[in-house]
Amino acid sequence: MRRLAFILPVVLFLMVAAALGLGLRRDPSILPSMLIDRSIPTFDLPGVVPGDTLGLASSDFTGKPVLLNVFASWCVACVIEHPMLLRLQAQGVTIHGLDWKDEPAAGAEWLAQRGNPYTLIGSDPRGRTGIDFGVTGAPETFVIDGSGRVRYRHVGPITPEVWAETLQPMLARLETET
Amino acid sequence: MRRFVLGLFCALLIAGPAAAVLPEEQLTDPVLEARAREISRELRCVVCQNQSIDDSDAPLAADLRTIVRERLSAGDTNEEVMAYIVARYGSFVLLKPPLDMQTILLWCAPLLVLIPGGLVVALYLRRRGQVAAAESIPLSDEERRTLAAILKTGDAP
Repeated sequence: MRRLAFILPVVLFLMVAAALGLGLRRDPSILPSMLIDRSIPTFDLPGVVPGDTLGLASSDFTGKPVLLNVFASWCVACVIEHPMLLRLQAQGVTIHGLDWKDEPAAGAEWLAQRGNPYTLIGSDPRGRTGIDFGVTGAPETFVIDGSGRVRYRHVGPITPEVWAETLQPMLARLETET
Repeated sequence: MRRFVLGLFCALLIAGPAAAVLPEEQLTDPVLEARAREISRELRCVVCQNQSIDDSDAPLAADLRTIVRERLSAGDTNEEVMAYIVARYGSFVLLKPPLDMQTILLWCAPLLVLIPGGLVVALYLRRRGQVAAAESIPLSDEERRTLAAILKTGDAP
């Protein structure tokens, strides 16, 4: 009984310390997506260059798993991410772009300077489609399966590690699913 | 000069907390606008996280304020507007967390601390009471004589 009275507080302390310690390692700015395993919101957006590109609609997400990348010309981290997207495009990965809270002309200019890694681009100057996706900032990337459901959301730039450890295995698995 | 300082002081007294709501965002209907402000104060800005969208200057907070006002103008109830935002950003955006499976631990935390702590205090007080009771046994005749001797001579025998 005496011994228990001594050990119990120590054990409790260690449990609380472990829980709080684990909490410190989480990034609190990353919120869980509400869309995981649910269908993407319905949208139909024009392209960034008037009359040039097709634009992007929710009906474009059928057939095979793709990435949807949220970018903007004002987004600093997107500049860092951009070469990675171009590499992925060269590898044959389909990436659609959502030009979020951005003037279409500014987005088009940004892509003209740096190269276009996107198959289809939707222009969302008022940011409503992004908000329907629960976007909190750019860049963000959604993995969307062949039946138009969101399977994963990555907040921040796609780094080689994120691609190799998370996104690539996930896309490969989804390819076999459909 | 004194009048100016006094005026400045009075102006400070009537100054309310500054909100980020811009004039062009506001609705012309004062009742709807008041409801919009009420809802905005309950919703967390997902960019700055510890500010409500009513307080935040983040562009996304401004968008959400506009959405709140659009939904209200379309005839939504306060609850429907909240549900609209929660459907997109999760219950994390509610500054008052709802009681559900994810937040049950948060809500029970005070009880989890209070009950074991109360038990420890109760046990301690009970034991102390017992010790005090044990100590209050009256002196034996032998002890009484020794005490009287000590008091008389001023030192132990």
